[in-house]
Order: sequence, then C-alpha cells, then structure tokens
Amino acid sequence: MELLTGIFVTPFVQMVTLPDFFLQVLWEGFVGGVLYALIALGFVLIFKASGVFNFAQGIMVVFAGLTLVGLHENGVPAYLALILTIGVMGLLAILVERFVMRPLVNQADIILLMATIGLTIFLIGLGEFIFGGEPKQMITEELGLPTGSTAIEIGSDGLLILQHIDIAAAVIAITMVAILGVFFNKTRIGRALRAVADDHQAALSVGISLNQIWAIVWFAAGIVALATGIMWGARSDVSFALEIIALKALPVLILGGFTSIPGAIVGGLIIGIGEKIGEIYWGPLMGGGIESWLAYMIALIFLLFRPQGLFGEKIIERV
Amino acid sequence: MYYREAGQFKTSYKTDQAILPLREDRIGLMLSLVMAVVVVPLVSNDFVLASIMIPFLILALATIGLNVLTGYAGQLSLGTGAFMGVGAYACYKLTTIFPDVNIIVHILVSGLFAAAVGMIFGLPSLRIKGLYLAVTTLAAQFFLEWCFIRIPWLYNYNASGAIEVPERRGFGDLILTGPAADPLTRYFVVLAIVIVFTLAVKNLVRGRIGRQWMMIRDMDIAAELMGVRPLVAKLSAFAVSSYICGVAGAMFVFFYLGAAEPDAFSITLSFQILFMVILGGLGSLHGSFFGAAFIWCLPIVLRTWLPAIGIDLGAETVFHIAQLVIGALIIFFLIVEPHGLARLWQLAKEKLRVWPFPYG
Amino acid sequence: MRNLLIGGLALAAMTAAPLPAQAEDSVYIQLATYRTGPFAGSGIHIANGMADYLNMLNERDGGINGVKIVVEECETGYNTQKGVECYEQAKAKNTLVFNPYSTGITLQVIPKAAVDKIPILSMAYGLSAAADGNTFPWIFNPPMTYWDGATGVLSHIANELGGLDQLKGKKIGYIFLDAGYGREPIPLLEKMAEEYGFEIVQYPVPVKEMQNQSAQWLNVRRDKPDFMVIWGWGAMNPTAVKEAIKIRYPMDRFIGVWWSGGEDDARAGGQDAKGYKTLNFHAVGADFPAIQDVKRLLVDTGKSQTEADRLGENLYNRGLMNSVLMAEAIRTAQEITGKKVITSEDMRVGLENLNITEARLKEIGLEGFMAPIRTSCEQHSGHHSMYVQQWDGEKWVKLTDWFPPMTDKVKPLLAQAAQDYKTSNAPWPDRAEPCVN
Repeated sequence: MELLTGIFVTPFVQMVTLPDFFLQVLWEGFVGGVLYALIALGFVLIFKASGVFNFAQGIMVVFAGLTLVGLHENGVPAYLALILTIGVMGLLAILVERFVMRPLVNQADIILLMATIGLTIFLIGLGEFIFGGEPKQMITEELGLPTGSTAIEIGSDGLLILQHIDIAAAVIAITMVAILGVFFNKTRIGRALRAVADDHQAALSVGISLNQIWAIVWFAAGIVALATGIMWGARSDVSFALEIIALKALPVLILGGFTSIPGAIVGGLIIGIGEKIGEIYWGPLMGGGIESWLAYMIALIFLLFRPQGLFGEKIIERV
Repeated sequence: MYYREAGQFKTSYKTDQAILPLREDRIGLMLSLVMAVVVVPLVSNDFVLASIMIPFLILALATIGLNVLTGYAGQLSLGTGAFMGVGAYACYKLTTIFPDVNIIVHILVSGLFAAAVGMIFGLPSLRIKGLYLAVTTLAAQFFLEWCFIRIPWLYNYNASGAIEVPERRGFGDLILTGPAADPLTRYFVVLAIVIVFTLAVKNLVRGRIGRQWMMIRDMDIAAELMGVRPLVAKLSAFAVSSYICGVAGAMFVFFYLGAAEPDAFSITLSFQILFMVILGGLGSLHGSFFGAAFIWCLPIVLRTWLPAIGIDLGAETVFHIAQLVIGALIIFFLIVEPHGLARLWQLAKEKLRVWPFPYG
Repeated sequence: MRNLLIGGLALAAMTAAPLPAQAEDSVYIQLATYRTGPFAGSGIHIANGMADYLNMLNERDGGINGVKIVVEECETGYNTQKGVECYEQAKAKNTLVFNPYSTGITLQVIPKAAVDKIPILSMAYGLSAAADGNTFPWIFNPPMTYWDGATGVLSHIANELGGLDQLKGKKIGYIFLDAGYGREPIPLLEKMAEEYGFEIVQYPVPVKEMQNQSAQWLNVRRDKPDFMVIWGWGAMNPTAVKEAIKIRYPMDRFIGVWWSGGEDDARAGGQDAKGYKTLNFHAVGADFPAIQDVKRLLVDTGKSQTEADRLGENLYNRGLMNSVLMAEAIRTAQEITGKKVITSEDMRVGLENLNITEARLKEIGLEGFMAPIRTSCEQHSGHHSMYVQQWDGEKWVKLTDWFPPMTDKVKPLLAQAAQDYKTSNAPWPDRAEPCVN
C-alpha cells in the first residue's frame, strides 16, 4: 500500500503543492533535453547522409571544446579561437572522410560503427596528447555568452531560477536547428544531402559527389559538436568525462528515429524532461540514481510499439 | 561466412564432418595446445601468466560468447559487460551461500543466471533489429550496472560495495581462488574451462541450432519462411551467449581481478569485447582468440616496449600514444580486412597453399 | 587455439623485455597515477607532488641515506582493470610499496598484499577498516580514515551550531560519488545520525553522470538540508560546486572531504564559490623549504612536469605528503633493520613505526606542514588531526585550528568492520608478521 501511494499519489501531490519546484524541474529537464538533442543532432546528420552511426560524436564534442579553450589559453583571442576551432573541425571532417569513410564505403553497418569507435579511441589519445588530461574552464565570458541567473518569483514564496547560459543554450539550439532546416531545404548542397540520404546510387548517377557530401556532413556535425561542447562546458567544465554523457544521446536517437532532425529535438526533450521528473519524483523510491538507465527504459518501451522510433522512416522488409 | 577450404579429398562422411577437415589445421591445433599447456607455463613468469595469459583467455571466452550472438546469430549487443557482471555477482553469492561446493561448479552454475537475464533482455530482439537493438541492449548494460550498485544484497552488504573473492580450495587441497592461489593453478583452470567451452561452441555452431542462428543472421524473414522459429533461435542465441559471458565474467573476477567494483563491468568492457569480436572476425572461433590477443596484449606490449626501445616518455604519454596507435590500428584493420584477423589468416593460408607458384 | 602462437610470441617478447637494471644501492617505487581519463583533473596534481618529492630527494641528497629511489609511474586512468595490471607490474619489479590512489584499486589489492608481501599505502583513502593493523598488517591508511573525516565534518558542523546536541533535528545532505569511495563513510554517518538525532539525506551521483548533477541538486533544493557534505572526486567536484551556486545554496554550509578540495574544484565557481569549505590534513602553499628545494632543483630546471604556479596547491601538497610518508618509512626501516637497501618487507616495518614528530618535520623542511604522525603495529591510521579550510574566492584559507576526529566513535566501528571483513573473506589469514620496534 505504501509503495502504491509512493508510486501513484505522493509524486503528484508534490507536483501540485510545490508548483514552483515542479516548474524548475521542467525547466532543468528542458535544458538537459536541449543539450541531449544537440548531441543527437550530430548523430542524425551523419546517419542521414551516410548511414554511419557515428559513435565519435561524443568525443568530437570534447575535442572541439578543448581546442577552443586550448587555443584561448595560448593567447588566441576568443572569437579568433572560435573561428580557428571551426577550421579544425573542418579539417577533421576532411581527414575522416578521406581516411576512414572513403575506404570503408559499402561495408556493413557494424563495421562502420566499429570504425567510429576506433576513431573515438584515436581522438581521446590525440586530445589528451595535445591538451593533457586536465579539465579546463570554458571561456564563457570571453565568448560573450551570458552568465549569472534570473530569479522569477511565483506566488508567495515560490522561486524559479533561470540560468542565463541555459537560456542561451536553448536559443542557440533552436537557431541551429532552424539554420540546418533552411540549409537542408533551400540550398543546393542541402538538396544534394537529402538526395544522398534517400538513395546513394541514384544520387551518384545524377552527378552528386558522395565524398564531398560526406565531408560536409561531418563538418556540420563538427560545428554542432562545438556548440554542444561550449554549452556543456559552461555548465560543468571541459574534460574527457564529458564523453560519457554523449551516450545519453543514444536513447534520444532511438526515440526520435536515427534519421529525423525534428525527432532528435522532440526525443531529446522527452528524454530530458522524462528522466528529470522520474529521478526527482520516483527515483527516491528506488534509492536514487535511476537517471542512468531510465532514459533507455523509456526508449525501449517506445521501441516495442514503434520499432523505427517516433519519426523514423518505416522499415519495409522484403525477402 | 567462410568458404570451406578444398584440396584434401575425403573418402568418408566421418572425415568430411570432422571439426577440422584439414590435416594442417589439426596439426596446428595440436601445436597450439602443446604451446598452451606445456610451453607457456614453462617459459613465463608470474607477471606474464597473471596479467597477460589469464585475462587474455578469459576475455577470449567472453569474445566467443558475444560472437555466438553477434557473429553467428547476427544480433548486435552492447551489454556484454553487464552480462559478465551478472555471472560474477551470481558466482559471488553462490560461493558465499554454499562455501563448500567446488568453485568450478559455482562458476558453471552462475552462467545460468546470466543466461536467464540475457534472455529477458533478448526479448526485444523479436521486434527490434540492427542498431536499434544495439542501443536497447545498452538499457540492459546501464540497468544491471545500477543494480550492482543499488542492491546491497548482491555484495553481501559490504561497506565498500565491492565483491571480494574468498579463498576456495578444490581438487584435493589446491587453492583455486583468492589471493594465495598460484597464478599457474589459476592458469590451468582457466585454460581447461576455455578449451572445453571452445569445443562445445564449435560443435554447437556446426549443428542444427548453429545453422538456425546463421539463417536468422543472414536473412531472418527468409529463415522464418523456411520454418526456423525466430523466438527459439534468437532467444537460444541470447541464452547461450549470455551463459558463456556469465561464466567468463565469473572467471574474470575469481581468477583475475580478485575483487570487483561495479565499475569493472562498465560499458568500456562491453566495447572492449565487441572490438575483439569485430577485429578477430565475426562468426569465427579462432578469430575470437586473435581478437582477444590483439586488443588485450597490444596496449601492454606497447606500454612495455615504447620505453624499452629507448623512447623514454612519461607514463601518461606512453598511454596516450598507445591509445592513438590502437585507435589507428583498429581503423586500419577494418579498412584492410573488414572480416577480421580470421579472414587475414585464411587469406594467408590460401597464399601459402599455392606458394611458391601463385597463379591467376 | 592457434592464437596461442601469437600469445606465445607476445609472451616471449614480454619475458625478454629488459627490466630496468637494478643499480647498486637503489630501491624501486612504483607510483600508480592517472593523468588521463575523467579523474585526471584531480590525479595529475597528486602525481606531480608524489614524483617531485622523491626526485627532489634524489637530486638534493642522492636519495635516502645514499640509496637512490627509482621512481616509475604506472598509468591507471582510475580504472580497476589497469590498476591490477599496474600492481602486477609493480610486483614483478619488486616495488617497496604500492600506492593505488583509487579506493576501487585499493580494495582489489588488499587481499593480495599479504600474499605478495607488498605494503599498500592508501593515504586517507581506501578501506577505513584497514586501520586495524592486526587484521591488515600490510595496509596503511594514515593519517586518518574516511570515518575520521566524516566525524570531523560533523564536529565542525556541531561547532558552528554551538554543540553536538544542536545537531538534533537537523537535516544534513550527503552528496557522493556512487562508488566504493563515496559509499565508504555511509555506515558511520548513519550511526551518528541515529545517535545525535539528525537526519542524513543521500544524493548519489553515478560515475557516468558526474557532470550532470542537476537532478541531485534539484532534490537538494526541495529538501533544503541545513548542511551539505560532499564526497566527490575528479570532474564531480567542480560540477557540484557550480550546481550549488546555481541553486543558491549557502556556500558556507557546504563542506567537502579532503578529496573535494582541489583548487580547480572551487575555482570552477570563482568568486561565487566563496565560503565553500573542505577538510584538510596538511598545509596549502609553497612556503616550505622542502617545496622550495623542489622548485629550485626540479621545476626551475625543467625536470618536473609541474607548472611553477601550481606548486603548493592543495592536491599537489597531498601528493607530496604521500611521498614524505614513504621517504620517512624508508628511513625508519633503514634505522630499524640496519640495512641500506631495504626490501618491501622492511618497508612494512618502516610504515608501521612511523614517527614524524614536529622536530622531524622541521628537519626535513616542512615545519607546520602537517600534524605529527605516528603509527604502530595495531594502529595503521592513527586518527590524526585535521582542520577546515575555506575558499576565499581565489585560494584556500585555513579556517579552524587543528582538531582531532571523534576517535571514540570511530574506533569501535573500525574494529567491527575489520571483524566483518575477516568473516566475509574467511579464511582470512591471522597476522603472522612479528611486531618489530
């Protein structure tokens, strides 16, 4: 009985009696979700265009963040460092395309997945070799990003605290998705990208260069990684521990579907908000810390009903 | 996945159906066995036995376990580490509840628990496929890891939250586990179990059930139309695979680590094993050994040899370089031969067969 | 099975690998460190401190009583698998002592130590129960255990409130790394909560979620504990400090164990982290002759990995203190055995008879660096004194005087825990090592 109340009554009572806290939980979940969505976006970009499940997205986030901070530490002004980092991500994209993707064209999914895990190990080694293992402070202020927080009073003694950096993260994420949407739908390269995603061979036959397209999507994923790195970095710090967090993007992906950009966003928000509410209101029943697997369970249950994810393309199989 | 090799003509069904149809292979196997049983114990010191050979053999067994699932039945899993953990914790519980039963029995039984858990988490495979399935196995990985931390009964309410291997004797008064166990004893126990399991799996995969797995792998809908029941085939693959992984996990703690925190069965271990499978060759048993040897020994060799050949660097620089090299080598091998070291080995054999007069 | 050929080759290669030639009059010490991975942020400074002091002794005095110390690092990445590998390597090279620098690795090597005759020095970490020298003759955790630390936090809180009886009815939040390390103090905290009538609320942080603690801190905001205690390490600490600031938790009611007191941890919060407190058991700063020697002989000549401005930081000094203990143990062992080149068994005797008095500290150029330390055959930890330091926005400032832990509360628990360990790991060997004085 006590357990049943714990599951079905107490959490809802708490939500109603402490509405400001509930709003805060929603907000935290929203911000977390936006950041998951950003990581997932990087995955989706690459998966859409090349069918590669890019496991290295997480380490690209760390790598981009470290490059930015590392350059700044060596006396490069913040904005110049930002531009240089974008350049580095571009170079990385070209190298990955040339030395990893191109030789592996037409291989099975799992081989490509493995190659990106190999790339992850390589980038961890390279990153630590160049920048050392020490965590670094994100140069939030130097980049002109807001710091501090605003408190909104709700009712008599309610308080909703909004971090400016979190608001900035949400704005940047939305802008990024909007730009990507325009890019995909309105530009020549964007249309080429979609053509490649639909059918590699047909795209090739109308004169689209696969290699070029792949380099571009990796570059785009690199930029998304940089944005994610800055945002996560501002929340905690830039270190290799961040790489583990990238795994959180995986349930987002299965929820949203591997190929859908809106799916990544919606999935990210569902997972972000769902796991926060779950952890805070139901977590204590199970001793806490359920956040580490709750997202996967949510995604797993979704999958049982829709094996292709919320927005994924319907899988049709023929013999 | 591999073609049968021709060249030696069989005159009876019996010889045709032998585990190793080629005479050279049989000789090779005998040589490796002699190597493992006689030469290795003679020439190696405790460090080599305890830090290289024992973990290598155990990981090779785990690799075989995952290979059953991924290589033979085509179901990608990222939860191997957690299934190994189930075996380890089950074995720990069993041996603390029944301290007098031989530890080998416990290890074999603990695999059953892993198999049961594996089957539960294998259920979604009936509906979910490919990379989607891989991600759902992560649910198993993280959920089980959480259980190892959050259910204190599993580690007997130890303040440290870790399981510690008690001393267990067997076969007379031989110390099998615990800190006082001689590396040589542990090596032979591990070797024996690994040999038996390898043989068993070899026979399993060339039998009826193994063929069903491969049909499911190659095209599940076609297999279903031909009368293979996916439920049975997929779940049996999950069960067998998790059983072997569970046994490997129990051995990993009892014969190698000596004590384990839940952290020992993290996603890193899952990836490590998956690497061994892929690099060794999907659907190849000897490939599993190649893969395990490569992934396990290379970092150690690199770390020992980079300083030894005069490149004097800090410990962490060596570590970084080792990581760089391993990452690059993995990509390199995938590019050179996506079917793994087993395929390279086969190609080498084909080259040798026509040597010194290659034609064509 | 053919792979065994490959295994054989690798093994031939291994056996042939030249071990560093044991020069005349030298001893080997392996330092298991981590300069990579999620915990590198804390690990690097400790590693620097440990290596620098021993190397400084080599440079300045030619070692200890003429015996050079061969120092080698082994990278563990805070990973238990690699830790075991490092231990085996250390064993193969006859290390005098093994420093795991990870509670997980410590737990793993504890049973092996007695068999392999390698003393384990886990300075203020690892298994608290190991303080019992009769059960764990080979394990040393001076100057105090986590349990001493936990009582230290409580007595500091009580002091703030005006007496232990004031703890009654208070709510104390405990946020910790959900691993062996963070769970270690829980039994003691629960016991104390029962005794003094306060409530302890736990907020576990999974290792994977170290940098994503918003859920835990939201709960803190809801529960409004009167005090927060943190048992964090690596990337968990700076994130926690930032989150605490975010929910506007009063920083002077936020108290960390000594491992949560890295400069980087507090610096993450900058000025807003002002008021954050942690325990400590050694001084912060480079104003000691011995550390100046390190600077002169190693840092200025480029023989060290330490950056000059990080010399004397909290975790650096922690590593340095670790090496001071080792060096003093070697010296003690040399005196007791009369040998110059000691073995790991002699080292155990040395660690067991440590007596670092204030006079001795002055002699080695570390006057006032730490409280005098003394160990005995029964007492491998010693319940030594600690103090609380506070972050002033830029650096750590000593807040309280040295004060002892509640030894009377910890001792019975330690004895009980040692007994439990013994039964759950039966047959646990009885102490066979004679007590040498």
